[in-house]
Amino acid sequence: MHPIRKKRLTIVLFLLAGIGVAVGLTTYALRQNINLFYDPSQIAAGEAPHDVRIRAGGMVEKGSVVRDPESLKVRFRVTDFQSSVPVEYTGILPDLFAEGQGVVAMGKLDAGGSFVADQVLAKHDENYMPPEVAESLKKTADGQPVANGAAQSASY
Amino acid sequence: MWQFFHKLGSPKWFYGISTRLMPWLLVIGTALLMAGIVWGLAFAPKDYLQGDSYRIIFIHVPTAFLAQSAYIMMAVAAVVTLVWRMKLADVFVKAVAPVGLVITFLSLFTGAVWGKPTWGTWWIWDARLTSMLILLFLYGGVIALDRAINDEKSAARAVAVLVLVGVVNIPIIKYSVEWWNTLHQPATFKLTEKPSMPAEMWVPLLLAVLGMYLIFGWLACIRMQTEILAREQKTRWVKDLVMAGRH
Repeated sequence: MHPIRKKRLTIVLFLLAGIGVAVGLTTYALRQNINLFYDPSQIAAGEAPHDVRIRAGGMVEKGSVVRDPESLKVRFRVTDFQSSVPVEYTGILPDLFAEGQGVVAMGKLDAGGSFVADQVLAKHDENYMPPEVAESLKKTADGQPVANGAAQSASY
Repeated sequence: MWQFFHKLGSPKWFYGISTRLMPWLLVIGTALLMAGIVWGLAFAPKDYLQGDSYRIIFIHVPTAFLAQSAYIMMAVAAVVTLVWRMKLADVFVKAVAPVGLVITFLSLFTGAVWGKPTWGTWWIWDARLTSMLILLFLYGGVIALDRAINDEKSAARAVAVLVLVGVVNIPIIKYSVEWWNTLHQPATFKLTEKPSMPAEMWVPLLLAVLGMYLIFGWLACIRMQTEILAREQKTRWVKDLVMAGRH
């Protein structure tokens, strides 16, 4: 290769490496701000600030959804299979909201450690399957509840 | 190998070869894209969780793939512009940037349309969506910078540097869903693993992706040809070509 081109190529590579390092360090420093939500474990460990609007995300714990028959109020627990956080929300939930599904809730942690949400968004995973397949998977999994839990935490 | 590389840099040679290639790109690309979309929208099974609304994946994923691939191709061309000063590489960047802008917009738009019924919101400032929006602005910036500088050579170099600076955004888009907590789900197509959907879903998706790439190739060729004719209008071969077209 021609020496001038070699020199230019080196400059280009240095430029790329420099920008890469700069952006890498910046995003690393800002990682907590780039993260969309806190995990229940982070909230349990006291990493999430109180009385500031934050997002909490995780799975809706099975059997934890309690709806108020008089209003739109709903309570449930959000879990990452290590810790869980109680969430209160008043409003209409997205269609995909269900026990065992992922959610991201926006709101504030109150002094008692429960999360008062004013927005609940549904999070779904990257696995798509026809209803019949999901049905038969569910049947198999019902025989082995432990394996089911493990598979879910892996996909979450 | 170098000989081929330098031949590739000749606008005349490229004009000839692309003229022969373009009908194939258009016909096969349209066929694949139509097959993938019709199969995906009408015949593929619905999703157990999202029902029919997941079907927008058959447009969303091809546009999102292409939006990123087109930028990577532009970055490769930018290196060629800076190191080898090959005119054709600059023509490519200039021709592809508006296509990339439209494709990126389409992927953001289809993503928003998909997000409303599934997540419950059109938009959220998570890492994936935000980095994709930055990609849209990068395409816009490339077009604007190119138009702002009148001198062809200075414009080519300035644009190439901008494209290269922006290329760090591509790994951020790709890995945003793994590095950070996002509302956006991780990738369904992975390089090393089987896709996390059954074949009757991923085959039409793959067809649509391939079709989209070929149509992109056709668009790139036709736009590059226009740019080449404009730039080379004073040369002998372009004059001959135009005269031949008149008869």
